[in-house]
Amino acid sequence: MTTELNTVTSANKAYSKVQQQVVRSLKKRHRQEKLFRTAGLLAVSASILLVILLFVNIFAKGLPAFWQHSITLDIYFDPAIVKISEQPQPQAGETENEFRQRDLAWRSEVGLVNFNRLIFPALQQVIPDAQQHRRELQRIVTSGERFALRDLVIADPSIIGQTKTLHLLTDANIDVWLKGNIDRSLPDEQQQLSAKVREWVDALKQQGVISNRFSFALFMNPDSRSSLASAGLAGAFMGSLYMMLVVIVLAIPMGVAAAIYLEEFAPKNRLTDLVEVNINNLAAVPSIVFGLLGASIFIGWFNLPMSAPVVGGLVLTLMTLPTVIIATRSTLKAIPPSIRQAALGLGASKTQAVFHHVLPLAIPGILTGSIIGVAQALGETAPLLLIGMKSFVASVPGSAMDQATALPVQIYLWQGNELRNFFEARTSAAIIVLLVMMLSLNSLAIWLRKRYEVRW
Amino acid sequence: MNNLSLIFVLLIFMAIAYQFGMTRSRRMAGGQNSASMHSRPHHYGMMVGLWAVLPPFLLLLLWNWLAPGVLQTLTLATVPAELLTDSEQAAVLMRRISNLANNFGVVAEAADWEVAAASYLSALQQKSALMLTALMFILASLGLLLSFKKIQPSLRARHQVEKALMAVLLLCSTVAILTTVGIVLSMVGETLKFFSFISPADFFFGTTWNPRFSTVGLAEGSLTGSQGSFGLLPLLAGTLLVALIAMLVAIPLGLMVAIYLAEYAPQRVRNTVKPIIEVLAGIPTIVYGFFALVTVGPFFAEFGQSIGMTIRATSALTAGVVMGIMIIPFISSLSDDILTQVPKSLRDGSLGLGATKSETIRQVVLPAALPGIVGAVLLAVSRAIGETMIVVLAAGNSPSLTANPFEAVSTVTVTIVNQLTGDNDFASPQSLVAFALGLTLFAITLLLNIVALVIVRKYREQYE
Repeated sequence: MTTELNTVTSANKAYSKVQQQVVRSLKKRHRQEKLFRTAGLLAVSASILLVILLFVNIFAKGLPAFWQHSITLDIYFDPAIVKISEQPQPQAGETENEFRQRDLAWRSEVGLVNFNRLIFPALQQVIPDAQQHRRELQRIVTSGERFALRDLVIADPSIIGQTKTLHLLTDANIDVWLKGNIDRSLPDEQQQLSAKVREWVDALKQQGVISNRFSFALFMNPDSRSSLASAGLAGAFMGSLYMMLVVIVLAIPMGVAAAIYLEEFAPKNRLTDLVEVNINNLAAVPSIVFGLLGASIFIGWFNLPMSAPVVGGLVLTLMTLPTVIIATRSTLKAIPPSIRQAALGLGASKTQAVFHHVLPLAIPGILTGSIIGVAQALGETAPLLLIGMKSFVASVPGSAMDQATALPVQIYLWQGNELRNFFEARTSAAIIVLLVMMLSLNSLAIWLRKRYEVRW
Repeated sequence: MNNLSLIFVLLIFMAIAYQFGMTRSRRMAGGQNSASMHSRPHHYGMMVGLWAVLPPFLLLLLWNWLAPGVLQTLTLATVPAELLTDSEQAAVLMRRISNLANNFGVVAEAADWEVAAASYLSALQQKSALMLTALMFILASLGLLLSFKKIQPSLRARHQVEKALMAVLLLCSTVAILTTVGIVLSMVGETLKFFSFISPADFFFGTTWNPRFSTVGLAEGSLTGSQGSFGLLPLLAGTLLVALIAMLVAIPLGLMVAIYLAEYAPQRVRNTVKPIIEVLAGIPTIVYGFFALVTVGPFFAEFGQSIGMTIRATSALTAGVVMGIMIIPFISSLSDDILTQVPKSLRDGSLGLGATKSETIRQVVLPAALPGIVGAVLLAVSRAIGETMIVVLAAGNSPSLTANPFEAVSTVTVTIVNQLTGDNDFASPQSLVAFALGLTLFAITLLLNIVALVIVRKYREQYE
């Protein structure tokens, strides 16, 4: 009896000692708890801050580039300068080939006209002392705009003899100067533009002859090296589009078929284990390795053309395939076996059960995975550099076999341009276009998932 | 007819055959009672369609594979024999002739015998196309007729169709394996060619990287005297340095984000924050590269100046930090998955003994999740090593053996991009080295991935 009491009191003593220890250490432990929690919160806010920083930075740099300075001129299509024969019309008894030959000859005749001579008189109207500075006059309108005039004539020869009010892009340096991206206090010898031109464009901007307009050139033109102000994304955009078509047509059906086989039909043995490990690994292989594969197999062995979207599309297909397969497999895995069993129980064959009952239920998940895969492929750059898509292409590709570049590669090419203060903004604008495309694809995927996802 | 229109015609033919098969099976079943047939009507339709279209399609593939060779041999037989000394010359000649035959025009005036060969070739081409079309038509009609005749109530049409379908599915799932085989074979082949110029020891243990582009364009034999040095070590050191810096940024941040989101954050915060951070994962790497080049690099350079240090704008530090930012969502989402897999009973046990939440996390949850997190980190490292665009733009491209993060470095991936400039002449060591580097990269990442996957899988089994 007493011994029991003794142990109880000693236990109580020991307990109160521990209690005191606990109370004493509690403050410290709670402080640590708070610290740890704050560290987590800080990490989350730092990550969000980084997202915001990145976006604000790119948008602040890129948004101004969607507007570009152009000069409003009354261009008189002087018949004395644009001396061309009549546009050929198809004649009776002429084969299509002959007509095309004549049309081509006529086009090259138009191309020989010096359209700059139409621009000078128009400039003289708005610049009073233009006559004394003919050399400087050439620096105002970017050189590519003479082709815009040529295209106007080809599209409608009846324009000759008329006067049209046109907005012509100014030179890239003028655009930079007027946007205030050049230090105006720099001495003359460090300025790209001569003092006379700077004085002119400032005055014209004041008069409203030069104004900042939405840059359609950025979207409608292919890349250009001779006339930097009119360099656009159209070629790269079409190149990317062709590649995405190849990816969609090849990667999605093949990936879904492979996933269906592996998940639903394949016997579980070492071979399928190997295939599974192989696919997981392929998903983590650096993208540049796929570029090497494309360079040596598609171009080296199969002799497909360099820089063609079809090769880029094939390389990106191989890259996207694992993503599609993995996404499809996990969707199929999530569909409860009861669905299959019910179908089989009613007498459906295994194929019928899968294709009539399981697959339709898996479509939202498959679509989500495929869209994310395609978005990834859209933003991929490194493998395309290795198959020659970084060469400069000055035309919009007409088919998937033509030379082309892609949006991310165009960004890579533009960031390396020497005219830094013009192309930094232009590159950011291209990035915005790419990001908008990718983010809308991704949000489409998220929306699909939210809208159609079934939790079993 | 060209291939595309042939395939188009085949598809139309298939649709017609499908209708034939279906109607016949319906009629055979006698309208209402289709239960007397073994398979559903569309199976019969599909079977007839496949029999009608698959044989001619295979023929088309075979023809496209073999016919050019046959035509070439036939054409070159008409050419004066003394012009055909080696195979390369024959190929050039053949290209000229086929250009002539297709009215594409050639450089220089075409010789008489060339024109003759060209017209012979174009006649052959026409004949071959005609023959192909006729043969395909015969095969298609035969297939249609025979399979149409075979339709009977006892015919197991469904089994045939399903077998064909299975073959297609199997074919698709071998593409992934073929890709791996293709990667390994092509790279091993080119790497062996590279090692015939440079010894493997010089490549793997060399400490200088100076490929000397000046020798490009000389004849192959004269290369040996003026070869550059192709030492892998400086590149590997640069790669590891950048990856190390990236991990120093990404592991603490990513792990803390995962812990906060998995253990502390209320559901609402979790649902909004997770997608925002995953946006970081969806941004193309070229965008990160540009960000590093124009914003982060200059910022570091200025910061270094203000505290009296020389930090280059394009350096291992710039590339590493930005790469770390890129990898945050990768680590955080993988670790998040792993943390939520740790059973609740472990947490409850620890909390029930009086541990605070942070103590539970640090002393119970994290140790339990450690293998999975190590796997995630290894996967992240393999990504960092294989990352290209950020380092191309922001690491400075100077292959020197340095451990100073403020210096410019070069990495394996950057060098691949620089060496393989896009011409498909893989004869010089300068471009072949890209494949040796690629194989090294592939081997390193493969090893990391396999180890990581094994660890992650083991871990998953532990709690399932």
